[in-house]
Amino acid sequence: MSKRLLIGLTWGALVGVMLLAVAAPVSAQGEGPTDDEVNAVARELYCPVCENVPLDVCPTKACEQWREAIRERLAQGWSKEQIKQYFVQQYGARVLATPPAQGLNWLVYILPPVAFLAGAWVLARALRSWRAAAAQPIETQAPPEDPYIARVEEELQRMERGDDV
Amino acid sequence: MSDPAHIEKDSLPEPEVEPMPAPPRRRWGRMLIWVAVFGLLAILGVGLIRTREGHIQVGDEIPSDLIFHSFDGEQIPFADFRGSVVLVNFWASWCKPCEQEAAELEQAYQLYRDRGVVFLGLNYVDTEPEAKTYLKKFGITYPNGPDLGTRISQVFRVRGVPETYILGPDGRLKAFKIGPYTSLSEITEQLEGVLAAEAAGS
Amino acid sequence: MLANIGYFATLITFLAALYSAAAAFYGLRKNRSAFVESARRAKLLTWPLLTLASLALITLLVTDHYEIRYVASVASRTMPTYLKVTALWGGQEGSLLFWSWLMAAFATASGMRKWHRDQELLPWVTMVTMLTLAFFLSLVIFFENPFGRLYLTPEGEQVAAMLAPRGAVPVTPLDGRGLNPLLRHPGMVIHPPMLYLGFVGFVIPYAFAVAALATGRSDDRWIRITRRWTLVAWLFLSLGLILGSRWSYDVLGWGGYWGWDPVEIAALMPWLTGTAFLHSVMVQEKKGMLKHWNMVLIIMTYALVIFGTFLTRSGVLSSVHAFAESAIGPMFFAFIGITTVASLSLLLNRWETLKGDNSLGSMFSREALFLLNNLLFMGVLAVCFWGVIFPLISELFTGQKVTVGPPFYERATTPLGLGLLVLMGVAPLSAYGRSTWKTLGRGLWKPALASLAIPALLLWQGLSNYGAILGYWILGFVTLVTLYEFWRAARARHARHGENLFLALWRLAGRNRRRYGGYIIHLGVVLMALGIIGIEVFQTETQDTLARGEQLTLGRYVMTFDALSQFDTPDGRNVTRAVASVYEDGEYVGELYPRKDYYYASQQAVTIPGVRSTLEDDFYVMLVGWETTGMQGVTFKVYHNPLVSFIWLGGLVFILGTMVAAWPDRDPEPVPVRVSARARAVRA
Repeated sequence: MSKRLLIGLTWGALVGVMLLAVAAPVSAQGEGPTDDEVNAVARELYCPVCENVPLDVCPTKACEQWREAIRERLAQGWSKEQIKQYFVQQYGARVLATPPAQGLNWLVYILPPVAFLAGAWVLARALRSWRAAAAQPIETQAPPEDPYIARVEEELQRMERGDDV
Repeated sequence: MSDPAHIEKDSLPEPEVEPMPAPPRRRWGRMLIWVAVFGLLAILGVGLIRTREGHIQVGDEIPSDLIFHSFDGEQIPFADFRGSVVLVNFWASWCKPCEQEAAELEQAYQLYRDRGVVFLGLNYVDTEPEAKTYLKKFGITYPNGPDLGTRISQVFRVRGVPETYILGPDGRLKAFKIGPYTSLSEITEQLEGVLAAEAAGS
Repeated sequence: MLANIGYFATLITFLAALYSAAAAFYGLRKNRSAFVESARRAKLLTWPLLTLASLALITLLVTDHYEIRYVASVASRTMPTYLKVTALWGGQEGSLLFWSWLMAAFATASGMRKWHRDQELLPWVTMVTMLTLAFFLSLVIFFENPFGRLYLTPEGEQVAAMLAPRGAVPVTPLDGRGLNPLLRHPGMVIHPPMLYLGFVGFVIPYAFAVAALATGRSDDRWIRITRRWTLVAWLFLSLGLILGSRWSYDVLGWGGYWGWDPVEIAALMPWLTGTAFLHSVMVQEKKGMLKHWNMVLIIMTYALVIFGTFLTRSGVLSSVHAFAESAIGPMFFAFIGITTVASLSLLLNRWETLKGDNSLGSMFSREALFLLNNLLFMGVLAVCFWGVIFPLISELFTGQKVTVGPPFYERATTPLGLGLLVLMGVAPLSAYGRSTWKTLGRGLWKPALASLAIPALLLWQGLSNYGAILGYWILGFVTLVTLYEFWRAARARHARHGENLFLALWRLAGRNRRRYGGYIIHLGVVLMALGIIGIEVFQTETQDTLARGEQLTLGRYVMTFDALSQFDTPDGRNVTRAVASVYEDGEYVGELYPRKDYYYASQQAVTIPGVRSTLEDDFYVMLVGWETTGMQGVTFKVYHNPLVSFIWLGGLVFILGTMVAAWPDRDPEPVPVRVSARARAVRA
């Protein structure tokens, strides 16, 4: 019995502290939070059961229950962040739209920019070396002693310049 | 029209070739590419295996540090259940088929509690008010609690609800039922089977 | 009977494809062209045979043969005939057969071209296309057979098979389950065929690339041969993606057009590499550069096509789209593994032969800008690929399931997308090899200055979203540059030939379709981006429960709930339909009929929104819920989507531009040139 009481008190204290710490705005008087306010929170959450479906558009009964849970908590004055944390605690990190930035999840945010920068570096190096190659006169072409070959080269270059794309 | 490049290649003297870049760098680059390709294939392969795995199989052990949180606020590690046969039932208030077996599960609980069988209801991805209403509706008295963070259902690799898993005293899976039980006798048959095997084995 | 014909036609095609690949290989090794020719002829057989199989399946669908399991799973008696035809690709088995049919069409077409100049490439192209076809056919024949009949075994199990298992009794259901209600929308009807055409289309340039590598060639003949094939494949892939977005917007009922769903991304990724490839092959054709890179791009495109199909069908990542998982997952995995490793080995083996004339005139030349374009596309690809793979990695290494959703992709791809838009504006003014920042600046300063009018105008109108202003400014800049290019060239023709503007434009497009088609495509992209910025930045929504006669307000719009009715339709659904009147700025603009259709056979509901569409915005109404007792409390969700129609309009322009670019150029005008007799003899 005492163990349960202790746990209950702890939960209560936690909620109380959270409510105090984050001075949450009181919702509109009268009927409680509007659908729009509920959707504003639900939009940032995902249905824990049906994968990759945002909570505000999910049509299943389970999702309706979850939106009601959001509505209740909004009426109690919870903030959006608190509600999201509650959902994470209850259902796991997959209800969030992006992985929480902790542990291995840092990789998802770091790797794409790193890969992009690596690609940019490779490109820059390649461009620079090709630029250098162009700056040096290339010895690979035969000296244009033969006027016929010179003429062919000329025609080819003219074709190349005139025809774009 | 023939290809200018071809004419040049065949009719002109071999061009001067600049010295190649150091081979070690190229080899290192190739190694990196192969590592990346095989790494990705490995991840996909393991992912594929995982997808096809399905729920846990008979004989798999449930880690004893898994914690059951009840609606009353109790937190019981699965280690505490070692030594008894445990029937773990995953359900949800939004799950229609779960209602078919709810009453029968409570009846089975009443029949077997004196024989030391533990019944646990794991509320899968649900909301507390609706869950409590469901429990009251079917008069369920055995311990029930939310599967916080879907940790427990992930261990069992639950695909949907309802699913029931019967663990032996050693913490290993002995029997399971995917979908709702169709009758009380089906539950008792399965439990009797597990209990008999335990008695014979030990 | 018909099912047997279909199955055996498929089986024979499979054997023909295997024979073709084997004969090509043998002919190649033993240098016997008769075998290579025989392989080509076998390839020509594949499409007629698969046409027979597909027609058989379509007939079974249309004539209500529910003893065939596939027919029972995707068709029903109340479905209209055209939907029964489209049910061919409505389920896993049928869509694999359909895919194979389209693959065979492309393979057969490639077999029918004139090969006398490229004899050495033929056996390789045959092998690659036939092995790919054989793979997909093996899935159909051994795992996902659409022609299987239903039987009831003595144990009471219902199985599907071609031949009756011992003691089993054939079962004929009275009706089928019907097509997934979500698939009964016109956009959905042609979205899969377009996507599949795009996917299989890219197999041809890949086959030629492999052929070029295998035969040790370093020239760009394979690129010039496949230029039109690549463009056509890219056209279909783009069209498939656009149609998928439209379907999403119309039917999935969440007011959006792209959800960054793993399967959507799986189709986007080959498009990204394909677009990068389209641009960078131009550099190889003009300057002989980037030979390695083009090989890498086409190999990646092919790999991503197969990978995308694997993701969609294997259940590795479940999503709104995914087909149920089945035994074909491991087969796909093996195929991806083998082809990726083989292609990569071949490329690395031939790395040295591909030495190109890698010299760069300037950092601002067209080649450099195209490379920058490629870098940005690869950046988007990296984001998409990593986002799709990461949930898998997270689950594997930490056991924790995570969702990588739209905010991740949007944050990462927006700057890259804006960069690509800027390039679209700058690159047309650059020239190959030359272009310094001075010459580029000289060409650009006029359109850049003119484009400043747009942010000025927007700020003056009171717009405060700086991201949107930046986006619109860039779009204005791109449009001005592109139109300026058209105008300059038309003016030059006017000066030279005395043609008026329209004739000049027509002749221009006729003479260099790739360039001007490309510009039209860019204009299409601009229009789409206009719509995308409009809906992403300025979308507003509201949800409310109304009693009859009550109204809700969203911005300038007011909507009144008039009536709700519920009725059954002859094609097997129960429709709940609301009538709502819409007023804009106080003026009545029309009635909308949002509804929810519940399909009895599949026990699924589809939400069809009522939409009032103008070029300026869409007023989008969804019926979310209703109280079953009386007319009180009907819940509507309403979206205001500014400029979204530009996405579809832009899509249309995009497709038109691609068709212009793909059309063969008219013969060049003869220009008298004095050339010596020797030169004439050699050039011929």
